[in-house]
Amino acid sequence: MAETQESVIREICGRFGNDPTRVMDILLEAHRRLGSVPAEAVDAIARAVSLPRVEVESTLSFYAFFSPKPRGKFVIRLCNDIIDEMHGADRVGRAFREELGIDFGQTTPDGLFTLEHTPCIGMCDQAPAALINDKVVTNLSSDRARELVEVLRASGDVEHLKLTLGNGNNSHPLVRSMVRNNLRERGPVIFAPLARGTALRKALAESATEVIKNIKVSRLRGRGGAGFPTGMKWEFARAAVGENKVVVCNADEGEPGTFKDRVILTEAADLVFEGMTIAGYGVGAGTGIVYLRGEYAYLLAFLESLLKDRREAGLLGRNILGKQGFDFDIRIQLGAGAYICGEETALLSSCEGKRGDPKNRPPFPAQSGYMGRPTVINNVETFCCVARILENGPGWFSSIGTNDSTGTKLYSVSGDCDRPGVYELPFGAKVSDLLAMVGAQETAAVQVGGASGQMIGPKDFGRTLRFDDLATGGAVMIFNRQRDVLKVAEAFMDFFCEESCGYCTPCRVGNRLLRERLGQVADGKGSPEDLAYLQKLGETVKATSRCGLGQTSPQPVLTTLRSFRSEYERRVQTRPADLLPSFDGTAAVAVAESLAQRRSVYFGK
Amino acid sequence: MSGEITFTIDGAQVRGQAGQTILQAAALSNIYIPHLCAKRGLTPWGSCRVCTVLVNGRPQAACIQPIAEGIVVENDTEALRDMRRELIEMLFVEGNHFCPFCEKSGNCELQAMGYRLGMLAPQYPYFFPVRDVDASHPDLFLDRNRCILCARCVRASQELDGKHAYGFVGRGADKHVAANARTGLGGIDAAASDMASEICPVGSLMKKRVGYAIPIGQRTYDAKPIGSEIEQGAKPAQAGGAR
Repeated sequence: MAETQESVIREICGRFGNDPTRVMDILLEAHRRLGSVPAEAVDAIARAVSLPRVEVESTLSFYAFFSPKPRGKFVIRLCNDIIDEMHGADRVGRAFREELGIDFGQTTPDGLFTLEHTPCIGMCDQAPAALINDKVVTNLSSDRARELVEVLRASGDVEHLKLTLGNGNNSHPLVRSMVRNNLRERGPVIFAPLARGTALRKALAESATEVIKNIKVSRLRGRGGAGFPTGMKWEFARAAVGENKVVVCNADEGEPGTFKDRVILTEAADLVFEGMTIAGYGVGAGTGIVYLRGEYAYLLAFLESLLKDRREAGLLGRNILGKQGFDFDIRIQLGAGAYICGEETALLSSCEGKRGDPKNRPPFPAQSGYMGRPTVINNVETFCCVARILENGPGWFSSIGTNDSTGTKLYSVSGDCDRPGVYELPFGAKVSDLLAMVGAQETAAVQVGGASGQMIGPKDFGRTLRFDDLATGGAVMIFNRQRDVLKVAEAFMDFFCEESCGYCTPCRVGNRLLRERLGQVADGKGSPEDLAYLQKLGETVKATSRCGLGQTSPQPVLTTLRSFRSEYERRVQTRPADLLPSFDGTAAVAVAESLAQRRSVYFGK
Repeated sequence: MSGEITFTIDGAQVRGQAGQTILQAAALSNIYIPHLCAKRGLTPWGSCRVCTVLVNGRPQAACIQPIAEGIVVENDTEALRDMRRELIEMLFVEGNHFCPFCEKSGNCELQAMGYRLGMLAPQYPYFFPVRDVDASHPDLFLDRNRCILCARCVRASQELDGKHAYGFVGRGADKHVAANARTGLGGIDAAASDMASEICPVGSLMKKRVGYAIPIGQRTYDAKPIGSEIEQGAKPAQAGGAR
């Protein structure tokens, strides 16, 4: 057995050229073949790729989808983000537990099933949803959960699950997924038809600097949320000294409540690849990498086939479209369950086969990114805009939207509304307009920009969605009057505690402290002083954290403190000076009571 | 890169060389910026965030931020001292730090920083985590209860000892130092004479059989607060050696 494992590992490592920077791919493939990567396999990988074993272990231990312990043939990962919870993920979870006879985090004795929770898998518009190995199952109910387990038990094959295939390319033979696009509003930029190669042809007719000038004139800003001017980023990378420049597409959309990239990759991936190739031409890069989140592995074969088509059509590879000396190709790097890898420098670490730690800046990726090479990283949606700007001209693009925010923006809308899904709207739409469009009633709160964004109340619904007002990567989560905003904030803080990489003190420790105190307040065990405590702590975490995750993770607390202060105030209690509301005497003496085998006089139940 | 750069720290003019970090340039001008993970001779790491300063009004870690002409750095302000104390308190509550019976007491940079920044008792609740101690090496032990994840041992082993004896395993709250062997500390090529064995700022990676060789009261920070060696102008061992 051990020998088989060793030979499997050797073969896998060999397939990736025993390259230490491909450890992510090696571990992914090892999991596919062996189910897990135990200590002996770590040794074998380390030997094959000539890395210290602790570095392989480091990568293995970082990603949620990797495991050193044997797992079931079917790994069921039920999404437990707040939207899924609102749609009954709890009931579904109970059904899975009862049907399998195990709890979350456990594997059935027959080695068939492992049950886990997972944060947002990008299916909030069809929640509750789960992953069964790479397969996505959506709109779950408890009956459906039981049925899925029965079929898997009887057939022993995920391909036997009876899934009604979704619309569009979700039914493509290489996808065959039940995911629905829920594309509710198509705009002129992202979801208009594209004749493959049109934009690239126009780009290649110009010089590289002219291409960048076009992007600058269009005033395109990055769609990931930060809104950095794309043309400027490209100019830095073009000017940077270094060989083998790189273009990276960030398709790790992990922000809770975001799923627009899922729909782009399903229906407009060609536009993304076209935009990346144009970027390659513009900055003088030969290598393209798409970092695809592990949750979207079901799209991998389909995307690979599109890349193959493009190579055959002369749109990728050597001397693209006959342009002598312009060589560019794209590979897809699959992630393995880590929100932090959406942070651009963590993403680069992951592409290099390492744990997803963000890198210190400076140097910035445009100077020294992937493997120390000048690197441009843009969002999936940004690359679509790029292709469209080259196709229709920067003037056309900048005529859409507002002055500070040109073009359209995709919104992933979920929560309490009739028509959750993806909406492409020109920048500058009012929150209230969007709410009306999606059929949201009695809305009490909207989380704009996902967990790291801001929670706004009705007095802000007249504000506009654009970079200089309410900037967002696109997540819009809607909560009606029945929801408890503090519980929502608590769920987001749980998420950040889980997803912090642990590198820096404020994010690793501060978020746990915020989570703990917020929970106490939400449960009515807080004191009036806790509001100032949360504010101060949140500001410290924001100011001192090393990367964007920690710099935004206190947002659920800080923005609810601002917009829903009365929710906090009505729950905190003033107690006699010597008693903290959060002090649970019974719990505090529980261990001592059990040792003494008698009840406490003061705190006995 | 070469050339002199002039900037200010708390209003005082400071000169440095291009390529230096704010922390390095400050130290050479006898200005102390509190720090823990940074250590002369090791690649800047930027994890503890204690050296956070304001650069033109924006928070930056002084240990990784390069100096630039004309930047305005704020260091010794009440707001920054508060923030640094909060970070130190976070490190205290995250682990299990029992100074009274720790052999590092008096030589411990975390403890000394607590004193310097005026920490009385942490305002945060203790986590009381359950963490492993690895004493499988004949001459060293690793007490993870006291580890602050500064990566000094990890870096020193690679950069100074050429060994790669340590690394980080796990994510978030589970992140911990691990030895480069399946069997733990006992399985690695590490020695008490390694630079990595000397460099722990707290009592986490320690040598065996040398406990309390120096009596309490005569230890590094018993007489003078941490940072005073920089403020009093003790020149670094080698000229321009603040790398």
